[in-house]
Amino acid sequence: MNLTLKIWRQKDAQSKGKIVDYPISGVEGDMSFLEMLDVLNEELIGKGEEPVVFDHDCREGICGACSLQINGEPHGPDRLVTTCQLHMRKFNDGDTIYIEPFRAKAFPVIKDLMIDRSSFDRIQQAGGFISVNTSGNTIDANAIPIRKEDADEAMDAATCIGCGACVAACKNASAMLFTSAKVSQFSLLPQGQVEATERVMAMVNQMDEEGFGNCTNTGACEIECPKGISLENIARMNREYLKASLKG
Amino acid sequence: MSILDSKIPEGPLADKWTKHKNTINLVNPANKRNIDVIVVGTGLAGGSAAATLAELGYNVKTFCYQDSPRRAHSIAAQGGINASKNYQGDGDSDYRLFYDTVKGGDYRSREANVYRLAEVSGNIIDQCVAQGVPFAREYGGLLDNRSFGGVLVSRTFYAKGQTGQQLLLGAYSAMNRQINRGKIEAFNRHEMLDLVKIDGKARGIIARNLVTGEIERHSAHAVVLATGGYGNVFFLSTNAMGSNVMAAWRAHRRGAFFANPCYTQIHPTCIPVSGDHQSKLTLMSESLRNDGRIWVPKRIEDAEAIRAGKLKPTQLSEEERDYYLERRYPAFGNLVPRDVASRAAKERCDAGFGVNKTGEAVYLDFAAAIQRYGQEKALTSGIHNPSKEEITKLGEEVIEAKYGNLFQMYEKIVDENPYKTPMMIYPAVHYTMGGLWVDYNLQTTVPGCYAAGEANFSDHGANRLGASALMQGLADGYFVLPYTIGDYLSHDIRTGKIPTDTPEFDQAEKDVKERIEKLMSGSGQNSVDYYHKKLGKIMWNKCGMSRNEKELKEAIDEIAALREDFWKNVKVPGAADSMNPELEKAGRVADFLELGELFAKDALDRNESCGGHFREESVEQSGEQKGEALRDDENFKYVAAWEYKGEPKDAVLHKEDLVFENIELKTRSYK
Amino acid sequence: MGGLIKSSIARKVAMALSGLFLVFFLLQHFSINFTSVFSPDIFNEISHFMGTNPIVQFALQPVLIFAVIFHFVMGFVLELQNNKARAVKYAKYNGGANASWVSRNMIYSGLVVLAFLGLHFYDFWVPEIVYKYVEVNPEIPTRYYEELVHKFESPIRTGLYVLSFVFLALHLWHGFASSFQSVGFNNKYAAGATKFAKAFAIVIPVGFVVIAIVHHFNH
Repeated sequence: MNLTLKIWRQKDAQSKGKIVDYPISGVEGDMSFLEMLDVLNEELIGKGEEPVVFDHDCREGICGACSLQINGEPHGPDRLVTTCQLHMRKFNDGDTIYIEPFRAKAFPVIKDLMIDRSSFDRIQQAGGFISVNTSGNTIDANAIPIRKEDADEAMDAATCIGCGACVAACKNASAMLFTSAKVSQFSLLPQGQVEATERVMAMVNQMDEEGFGNCTNTGACEIECPKGISLENIARMNREYLKASLKG
Repeated sequence: MSILDSKIPEGPLADKWTKHKNTINLVNPANKRNIDVIVVGTGLAGGSAAATLAELGYNVKTFCYQDSPRRAHSIAAQGGINASKNYQGDGDSDYRLFYDTVKGGDYRSREANVYRLAEVSGNIIDQCVAQGVPFAREYGGLLDNRSFGGVLVSRTFYAKGQTGQQLLLGAYSAMNRQINRGKIEAFNRHEMLDLVKIDGKARGIIARNLVTGEIERHSAHAVVLATGGYGNVFFLSTNAMGSNVMAAWRAHRRGAFFANPCYTQIHPTCIPVSGDHQSKLTLMSESLRNDGRIWVPKRIEDAEAIRAGKLKPTQLSEEERDYYLERRYPAFGNLVPRDVASRAAKERCDAGFGVNKTGEAVYLDFAAAIQRYGQEKALTSGIHNPSKEEITKLGEEVIEAKYGNLFQMYEKIVDENPYKTPMMIYPAVHYTMGGLWVDYNLQTTVPGCYAAGEANFSDHGANRLGASALMQGLADGYFVLPYTIGDYLSHDIRTGKIPTDTPEFDQAEKDVKERIEKLMSGSGQNSVDYYHKKLGKIMWNKCGMSRNEKELKEAIDEIAALREDFWKNVKVPGAADSMNPELEKAGRVADFLELGELFAKDALDRNESCGGHFREESVEQSGEQKGEALRDDENFKYVAAWEYKGEPKDAVLHKEDLVFENIELKTRSYK
Repeated sequence: MGGLIKSSIARKVAMALSGLFLVFFLLQHFSINFTSVFSPDIFNEISHFMGTNPIVQFALQPVLIFAVIFHFVMGFVLELQNNKARAVKYAKYNGGANASWVSRNMIYSGLVVLAFLGLHFYDFWVPEIVYKYVEVNPEIPTRYYEELVHKFESPIRTGLYVLSFVFLALHLWHGFASSFQSVGFNNKYAAGATKFAKAFAIVIPVGFVVIAIVHHFNH
């Protein structure tokens, strides 16, 4: 199929960017979206132009590196997939496709479609951990039984890949789904209870400092999340936060 | 006498590690504050090592090419992590895990290392649970286990199909805690381009800031390389796009021996290549083979008709199908080890029985399992005289509950419904057992340079068992390296900060800059991917699942010629002093072009079949095992450690003889 | 109040709580007004009570005014902050793919409701305050019903009221249910609560529309 790509090109963080049109032909339905961009880049290199820069790594939907706002939606029109697993058969011959970086003040553009998501790391550094040293003599793994339902729910929250689609989809560029996924995972496990108060305060604080917007419960994040992280996590974090505020 | 000293402690196998820990030197907490350690790579091994070293009090600097440690490719491991907890009470023990690992590795690993791995495996699970890793649990609230290929007990802990992700996020959170405390300084989007040696010791690295293109000097008292495997030398593999051998190869060029480069694991259940545009391969968990039956058409005409799209697999009757694994290996059937299953698939496809348009795919069929489970389910839910449709529906529900996410992934990629038509699979490069040679302390032949995880060669021999990679990465990082490195660093308590304005750093930086300049000044004929794909083709065709002398020799020459052409004609657009992914790729492919040749040389040298390494010259000539891999313990019971001497073809072989005192060497049989 | 709006979650909870208070107010306002449809006497009686009871007038009324002002000022603050969180906008943004129009445009439905409040204050509250506290007229307990009916004489005003109630419905459709999520109420009862909130969002505004139209045609 033949497509017209409208791709955001930006030299570096300081420069102003713009949308540039690239026609591309010979796209096959079996190609992933990123493989389609590989083909475009090979063409650009052949022509002596600079290839389009974008983040990607594992290309199997788990590392969370790939991003891209495709036709106005993070990871494109398909559901529960990342861009690397989005296949071109979801598009039609003659389509025009807008390809833009995930946009948020807290995700500055590095180059073209590549963004800096270190704000996510800093949120995790603020409290996304359980303070236990590696000693080799922690208690036996089976010493504290955990309800299967809680363990499963914690696992569901923990599947977040940190791609930032929630922020990109949210009209307010809010990072609540991301932050709440980690808070939820630990609040559902007994191991996480000890530091629960400090954790939620520190992580929410950091989230605010990074310049993410406020959550207005539109639910866009949940729909666009490639791992299907539930909005319930946000409610849980709100609860945890209120509890923590009252405590301390 | 070999110049390789593996430093295996004396004494009975089970006491070696404890005794060793009791006798090695320690660094007191006040002195640790004055010692810097660089950790390159932040996957399971690097992330856990960095966190633990920082907890102990060292000043740690971590480096990764990804934008965050959380994206290291350990994240993609699906199945699980082994540990000899014996929670199921099925007779598991450290010894059994040790035995299975050595046997699974086809007797090409070091006994003492593997025993230590088994010994600390239980601690890993305790540690991870304490960190909040949400392992699967039973209704009683205790941890669940599943069983994995090649073993007789249930010892695999898992977190859905995302065990690697959860363990990595555990290590990442431990790192984050130390970053928060200021004990780890994380350099993300940085790539190590060289190892700096001062007075023969590893004292730092040269790294490129991938965002600004700046070349940076970083010094430390020791350098840990935890940079994963080199499967991407095949271009197509299940590795991440960025996975590369650069750090290990740079260390190799600075004097670290490279061990067993030819040991590669080719995983049988991957989604087949769909066309030339393909950039990477996707693995589906080995667990599928528990219920799927593998087959190709019996008649070559049927295979041709299927390839041409004129015939559907479901139209072939049972008699027209060749369940070749069940035919060849009646005892293990579809559950033979990875290497055996992969080679058998290749054999059928090479003979012309492949079933997709490229001719490189076999079927993995769930129809029988769906019927079997459907009948069982109908029986247990009290449905009498169920119709065929009812049985199929019930059976599909059972399969969905077991493998739903894998089936969904398959459907997204291939656009076929695997409940209704058999899946297509083909083997793909997955893991490399070879790596930097290390002694018992995980130190390479360069003093002060350590290697952990997939980057070293130590524990899996010639073939790795399922769910053992995660175990080894975390064992190295959490429980082994942080202690053994102390023995070395105890001599550095008075050294003080290592300056970076020394002639050694000057020289290393100059070398790196010249290399980059050379890459940028190619004549501009072909893109980096052009060379990478060519290299991959050579590797796959001549150093892949089955190898012979003639083709290995050809591969050596072809790779050398390709490398020469690469340096002359590669085209790298953009500038060196800014974000430039093509330049990054070029540097990595340049190293693959050297490693690939050493790989072929090692494969040529090892004229035996063992584990993932299959030499057509070394097969059983007669008897029940006729045509199966033949190991040659008399001549090849050693680790091949290669010393860099300029061109890969000039590399010098050093042998570390493997001593088996606790295990009797046997032939693997799956008939 | 500084502490109340320090963090994003606190702001969101404050928004939800003030909203819930207004929802409650809306319910009682509706209940009283609805009596006017079937019994002018009951309406007059309750209105007289509300208009003269010192607790209502000097305790509840200021709280209500504070809640209204707080809710919309905070709404503006949030909108401004949220705008800043994405400095460069998308060239193509397909918001409809993942969130309802209502949820994405609370600021607009809110602004219409705010404009309506202006009209409503001008119509009822200001004359009432002038009547009672500026001109200090004697209280006539039966005046309320007639004042009410009188206001709906004009078809334009009635039309504006109806239009405003439509926007109020839109605002409530997202706002009421979403306030549960904001205060962390998300358990097995949440689905039921959401249904109730959605029903409320339709029934109450429709009820107000009915009142307006009945009085318009009753005239």
